[in-house]
Amino acid sequence: MATLEFERPLVELERRIAELKTAIRASGRGGAEFDVEVARLEEKARRLQEDIFGSLGSWQKVQLSRHPDRPFTLDYVQRLCDDFVELHGDRAYSDDRAIVGGIARFRGRSVVLIGHQKGRGVKDNMARNFGMPHPEGYRKALRLMEMAARFRRPLLTFIDTPGAYPGLGAEERGQAEAIGQCLLSMSRLRVPVIATVIGEGGSGGALALGVANRVVMLEFSTYSVISPEGCASILWKDRARGPEAAEALKVTADHLLRFGVVDELVPEPPGGAHRDPDEAARRVGDAIARHLDALAPLDGPRLAEDRYRKYRAIGEFVGE
Amino acid sequence: MSSERSARPQGNLDHAEKVSLGAGVFRRCDGCGDTQLSESFAYGVCPRCGHHERLSAEQWMQLLLDPGSFEPEGEALAPTDPLRFSDGRPYPERVASARRSSGATEAIRVGAATLAGRPIMFGAFVFRFMGGSMGSVVGERLTRLFERAASARRPAVVLSASGGARMQEGIFSLMQMARTVAALGRLREVSMPFVSVLLDPTTGGVAASYALLGDVNLAEPRALIGFAGPRVIEQTIGQKLPEGFQRSEFLLEHGMIDQIAERREMRATIARVLALLLDD
Repeated sequence: MATLEFERPLVELERRIAELKTAIRASGRGGAEFDVEVARLEEKARRLQEDIFGSLGSWQKVQLSRHPDRPFTLDYVQRLCDDFVELHGDRAYSDDRAIVGGIARFRGRSVVLIGHQKGRGVKDNMARNFGMPHPEGYRKALRLMEMAARFRRPLLTFIDTPGAYPGLGAEERGQAEAIGQCLLSMSRLRVPVIATVIGEGGSGGALALGVANRVVMLEFSTYSVISPEGCASILWKDRARGPEAAEALKVTADHLLRFGVVDELVPEPPGGAHRDPDEAARRVGDAIARHLDALAPLDGPRLAEDRYRKYRAIGEFVGE
Repeated sequence: MSSERSARPQGNLDHAEKVSLGAGVFRRCDGCGDTQLSESFAYGVCPRCGHHERLSAEQWMQLLLDPGSFEPEGEALAPTDPLRFSDGRPYPERVASARRSSGATEAIRVGAATLAGRPIMFGAFVFRFMGGSMGSVVGERLTRLFERAASARRPAVVLSASGGARMQEGIFSLMQMARTVAALGRLREVSMPFVSVLLDPTTGGVAASYALLGDVNLAEPRALIGFAGPRVIEQTIGQKLPEGFQRSEFLLEHGMIDQIAERREMRATIARVLALLLDD
């Protein structure tokens, strides 16, 4: 398990409690006074967790959204769906493993799924390009969006990317156009679309999977026009000032809910999604199912209209 | 190509050529550094090296639109400060100074107009207004442009020149990408064309939303067009980019744009495309 700086006191305390329990068991003694001591420490850990997670700053949430142990798209798909058939490739160039997708059964409904996919560990991360898609990833997504429309399956997307990859091949193969096409396709789909931000919502590369009837966001996820470090680099020529930029950009779920960009904030299990992925998945699944139920009465044209109105209304200006 | 352009006799010019685009008697080219008579910079193109200097939105209107036909839309729209953003200088101050220095109310001008007699909806970015960045006002103006084009059944012509989304409006800027593209979708539903003209530079959230989704994508010679800025790419891959990377010629070669049109041909090219797509 990787541990963030601010998680350390909690992780330390939990380790001591575990050691104490092991020691008690090994000694074969047990008894009331030990139980009282263990209970006291557990209560202390609970309060420490509340203290730490009750007052997280923007930057700490950014760190949690990037936590290496945070559940990724496939972790949610495994827990939420039966009969997942992964579909590969854009039919033109390659299969981009930074985006995964397929068809599956979610709580009795047959759905199409698309999500950014980060890797677990160095090797997996290399294969998945740290969750940063190339154009072929977006064109695979496009193919699956069109498939959802053709077979009238709700589309569920999971957003978790530092951003679309800024590289030579990506530019040669039309990164900008690929993202634009995804936005266009999603905005016109005549099926229900639910997007869930499960980790990092990095700019246009995230939004490419995010034009939805309802946008759900996990408590310690972020969604931003530019990474805090990128913003700091432009404004102050200093990437190390990312924490200040994170604050200024208002990238956290609470702000985005208030801005009306996100429809529901899903609270994470105590200590964050990575400490209880099963519970995190259950909560995400409940939210998605609730929104699918709410959209069920709308026919295809009304679903597209509902989505159009949602985005038509997002903008802050004065005057005519 | 540039020598061919400079060799073209000045006598053979169409009506728009007569419009004076430069002030002052002499002018120094940003491309080759050479100083020439201002009047020889027709359309802001250097007669020696062919470097295209950036034109203002008004200069583009003079070049492309029928005189007096432009009816602006949404000029009174003004940004607010939803994030209370400050990078040392509050965002409203930056907007105020951009207004003063650019003379424009925001980073795009849009409106109804006619081009070679044909009614269109027209938009041109003001790059001098905060790098042509797209915030809520730019998004709203573009959305209205596409919506009005759809409802009035007019083609849309947009000249893009933008560094991308406007950081200072945070997530609201990002969402303008979805909003403008959704409005473009309405235009597609009524089978009206969108001619996207890509100027130098068109990158980031503008490139990655509606700008490369034209039915016909035209670009100026040597314009920088791409998703990520060259500096970001160089930092990511740790090497220098090859000469000509992300320039119009590169995009044409890689299948992202239809034609590179020189300034003096832009109006005629757009008019031909619209006529071929729309007229019987």
